[in-house]
Amino acid sequence: MALDLLKRKLAPVLPAAFSAVDAEAARVLKLNLAGRRIVDFRGPHGWGLAAVNTGRLDRLATAADRDVQIGIRRAQPLIELRAPIRLPIAELDSVARGAPDPELTPVVEAAEKMAYAEDGAIFNGLEAAGIVGIIPASPHTAHKLPADVTRLPGTILAAREALRQEGISGPYALVIDAAYYAQLLAAAEDGYPVAKRITEQVLDGPLVRAAAIEGGVLLSLRGGDYELTVGQDLSVGYAAHDRETVELFLTESFTFRVLEPKAAVALTR
Amino acid sequence: MSHEGLHESADLLPEATKNLHRALLSLMEELEAVDWYQQRADACSDPELKAVMLHNRNEEVEHGMMTLEWLRRNDAKFDETMRTYLFKEAPITEIEELEKAAEVAEGRAGEAKPRASAGNQSSSSAPSLGIGSLRDL
Repeated sequence: MALDLLKRKLAPVLPAAFSAVDAEAARVLKLNLAGRRIVDFRGPHGWGLAAVNTGRLDRLATAADRDVQIGIRRAQPLIELRAPIRLPIAELDSVARGAPDPELTPVVEAAEKMAYAEDGAIFNGLEAAGIVGIIPASPHTAHKLPADVTRLPGTILAAREALRQEGISGPYALVIDAAYYAQLLAAAEDGYPVAKRITEQVLDGPLVRAAAIEGGVLLSLRGGDYELTVGQDLSVGYAAHDRETVELFLTESFTFRVLEPKAAVALTR
Repeated sequence: MSHEGLHESADLLPEATKNLHRALLSLMEELEAVDWYQQRADACSDPELKAVMLHNRNEEVEHGMMTLEWLRRNDAKFDETMRTYLFKEAPITEIEELEKAAEVAEGRAGEAKPRASAGNQSSSSAPSLGIGSLRDL
């Protein structure tokens, strides 16, 4: 029997229970993933993809024969993420008996952690994996997020002007951290919600909440600037089980590249 | 120009919708050209000209399919629907029902379908949650 790396067929989990786990994981991931809402997505290419071609070449300084130059192709490797999900087998079996409310908190927690890790790599970078994030890559002077959120439109317009002056066209998206996002949603000016004013009159792209960042970033959605390459897209697999508990995991493989660092302006707290 | 076909003011439309419009318009033009070249080739009395017409017709099919693939990569519904209907052997009007029946039999009912926005998932890859790009949200 051919098996893939997810090994789902080995799990003591009924199809209906797997469907419930998959659906809950997908729901939470879609709710939390911020980077995928604003960057170019390439894939999924499957487990077989190990690296992305950068087109670059590193020349070896020394070679056995002076008349032969040696260059080593530079590739950016994909990383694999894995977050465990431990669930009671009895609770999963209850789904097959028709339970509409299975206790799937470990699935929610794993999905939130995966989204946080992916977004962390996209926005902040992951040096060990050769990933430079959107925020550290930006060469622009960072703008300060105003403590008074009613002044945020002015900050957005100033950041947008910085992008425009560099020839970076829109539409533009605003990504902000969870605390500032909550503050923004609660704010009103003369009874009119500030968030609504921003999405309807200031931004021509989405307003995105990202738990993995501190502060924010205004960036272009024109395409071609930021590239998320996915090998195996987010999936639920099976690791092990005993008499009472099954250990599943959420996994994916990806890498992220900034192709035009100038396409974003960081917003600091 | 493609903006002439817009039904709403260009200022009100996001860039993604404008690009979708460009692709749909291009696809329509390519398919129209296939129709024209086919008819001209059929009616043409000169064998050499007829061969040129048929060559051009086939080129237009190629252009149309390239545009269709762009639509698949950039529109989730095109992607989902093409995965359902294309390259199947069953009678076309029965494909959807057959797929639903297969999902129920395999316990996959309700699962999201995998979505590829660029490139193809290799045949050795495992089923995913189908998250893919979330830019359309």
